Amino acid sequence: MAKSKIWGAVAQFENPAELVHGVEAIRGAGYTNIEAYSPFPIHGMEKVLGLSGSKVPWITLFGGLCGFSLGTWLQWWTGAVDYPVVIGGKPLFAIESSVPIMFELTVLLSAFGTLAGMMILNGLPRPHHPLDGYAPFRRVTDDKFFISIESDDPKFDALAAQAALEQAGGTNVALVEA
Amino acid sequence: MGHGNQFVDQPNMDPKLVSKGFKFGVALAVIGLGAAFAGLATESKEQFFYSWLVAGMTFTTISLGCLFIVLIHHITGAMWSTAVRRLAENIAAALPYMALLMLPVLFIGMHDLYHWTHGDAVAKDAILQSKSGYLNTVFFSVRTVLYFALWIVIARFYRKYSVKQDATGDVAYTFKMRWWAPLSILAYALSVSYAGFDWIMSLDPHWFSTMFGVIIFAGGMVSGFATLGLYGLWLTKNGTLKNTINEWHFHDCAKLMWGFVIFWTYTSFSQYFLIWYGNIAEETAWYYVRMHHGWERIGILVILGHFALPFWVLLSRHMKRSRYAFALVAAWMIFMHYVDLYYMAMPNLHHGFHPSWMDLACFVGIGGVFLAAVMRVSGKDAIVAHRDPQLHASLNYDNF
Repeated sequence: MAKSKIWGAVAQFENPAELVHGVEAIRGAGYTNIEAYSPFPIHGMEKVLGLSGSKVPWITLFGGLCGFSLGTWLQWWTGAVDYPVVIGGKPLFAIESSVPIMFELTVLLSAFGTLAGMMILNGLPRPHHPLDGYAPFRRVTDDKFFISIESDDPKFDALAAQAALEQAGGTNVALVEA
Repeated sequence: MGHGNQFVDQPNMDPKLVSKGFKFGVALAVIGLGAAFAGLATESKEQFFYSWLVAGMTFTTISLGCLFIVLIHHITGAMWSTAVRRLAENIAAALPYMALLMLPVLFIGMHDLYHWTHGDAVAKDAILQSKSGYLNTVFFSVRTVLYFALWIVIARFYRKYSVKQDATGDVAYTFKMRWWAPLSILAYALSVSYAGFDWIMSLDPHWFSTMFGVIIFAGGMVSGFATLGLYGLWLTKNGTLKNTINEWHFHDCAKLMWGFVIFWTYTSFSQYFLIWYGNIAEETAWYYVRMHHGWERIGILVILGHFALPFWVLLSRHMKRSRYAFALVAAWMIFMHYVDLYYMAMPNLHHGFHPSWMDLACFVGIGGVFLAAVMRVSGKDAIVAHRDPQLHASLNYDNF
C-alpha cells in the first residue's frame, strides 16, 4: 500500500483568544493556507484569517437574473405562443400580469443560487474530512479550538509547520493524513 | 473584534453646530415660506394649498417614518439601533411643528382642496352622499386633530423617557417604553393609514384603494431611513458621535432604506396591478388621469427614480457601505418621496402636468421649518441615549 499523503498539520487551542493569537502568529510566520475551527462564531475571525469577501452574492445575482428571464419567457411563451387564449379581454402577454411570476421566480432562483453557491464554495456536503481521524478534534463542537495548516500551502514543510503551531501556543500538535 | 469599545464621545452636540444647522433651517424657512405667501399675489389659492399639502405631507411622513423606527426598536428589543435611536426621536419630535404648518392649511384650505366639502356637489352626487357619513367637514376635522395629537403624544412619550434614562440609566424606562410599543404601533398603523386616506386620497373622493395608506407609510419609511442616515452622516462628519455611529449602523440604515424601497414598490405595484386586472372604470379613472397629459412622464420618473435607480445603485454591499453613495441616494429618495406624493395629489388640481414655483417655495420653506425643528430639539438634550443599557452592545456592533 502506498504511503498516504500528508493533508496538513493541526494543533489544539483552549479558548477564542488563544485561537486568534495563534492565527495571527501563524500568518505572521508566512503561512497562507490555514483554517481555524471553533464551536461557535468568533467576531472578527474573518479579518484575522484575512478572508476576502464572499463570492456568493454574485451567484445570487446570477440566479436572480436567470429567474427574472425565465419568468418573463415563461409568461410570454405559454400565454402568447404555445397556448394563446384571450382571458378577460387582456393582452396575451402583458408586463403587468407577468410581474408576479417574474418577481417570484427571481426570488426563487436567487434563493437557490445562494444556497447552492454557499454549498459548492464550502465544498459541502462533505461526509468525511481528514481531521475526523485526529482524536482531539471531536471536541471542536464542544469546548476546544483548532488551527490547521494545509500541505498545499507553498511554505508547507511537515516539521516546520508543526513547530510553528507549537510556537503559536498549540497543544496536541499532529500531522494528519489525507 | 472590538469587545471593549466604550462610549467616548461627547453626548451633547456642539452648540455651534446646533446653531449653524438651526440658522440654516430658519433661513430656508423664511425664504421658502416668504416666497409661498408672496406668491399668493400671482398664483391661485388652490395652487398654494396643494403645494403646501404635498410638501407638508412629505416632511410629516418623514417624521412618522422615524417615529416608526423608534417603535420598532422598542418592540423588537433591538440593540444595533441604540446608537442612532435619539436621532430618530429628534426627527419625530418635529411632528408638533408639522402640525402647526398642516392644521391651518387643512382647515382653511379644506374647501379649496376637497371636492366633497362642496354641499351643492354632494347634493348632485349619489356616491358622495353615501360617503358623507365619513367624508364630512366635522368628522374630517376631528380626525385630523386626533391623528396629530396621537402622533405627538407617542413621539413625546418615547423621547421623554429616553431622555430621562440619560440621567439615571434606569433599565425600568426601557421596559416601560417596550411595554407601550405594541399598542403604539397599532394606533400608529391605523392613524397613518387613515391620514393618507383623508388628506391625499380624498382629494379624489370617488376613488378608493385600501393599499393607499400603506404606500404613504412605505414612502415615509424610505425617507425616514434616508433622513436618519443623512443626519448621522452629517453629525459624524462634523466630529459628533464619530466613535459611536460606526459603518455597521450606516450599513443597516442603507439596508433598511433599500428594503423599504422594495416594500414601497411592492405596495405601489399591488395597487396598480389589481386595478389594471379589474379594469373597472371607477377604479381606473385615477390612473387614467395620471397616464395622460404629461403626468405619464412623472409616473415613469417615479418608477425609475423611486424603484429602479435606488434598487440597482444600492444592490451591492460595497455601495451600501459607501458613505457617498448612501448619502446621494438618501437625498435623492427624499426628493422622490416628494415626487411620489406630488404624483398622487397634483393631478386633482391640474389636468395636465403643470409645475409651479409655489411647489418649490413650499418644499424649501416647510423643509426649512423641519430642519430648524430637528436642530432645536437636537441641542436640547444629549444626541445619543448614552446611558441606555444596550448602548454598549450597539457600540460593538459588527455584523460580517
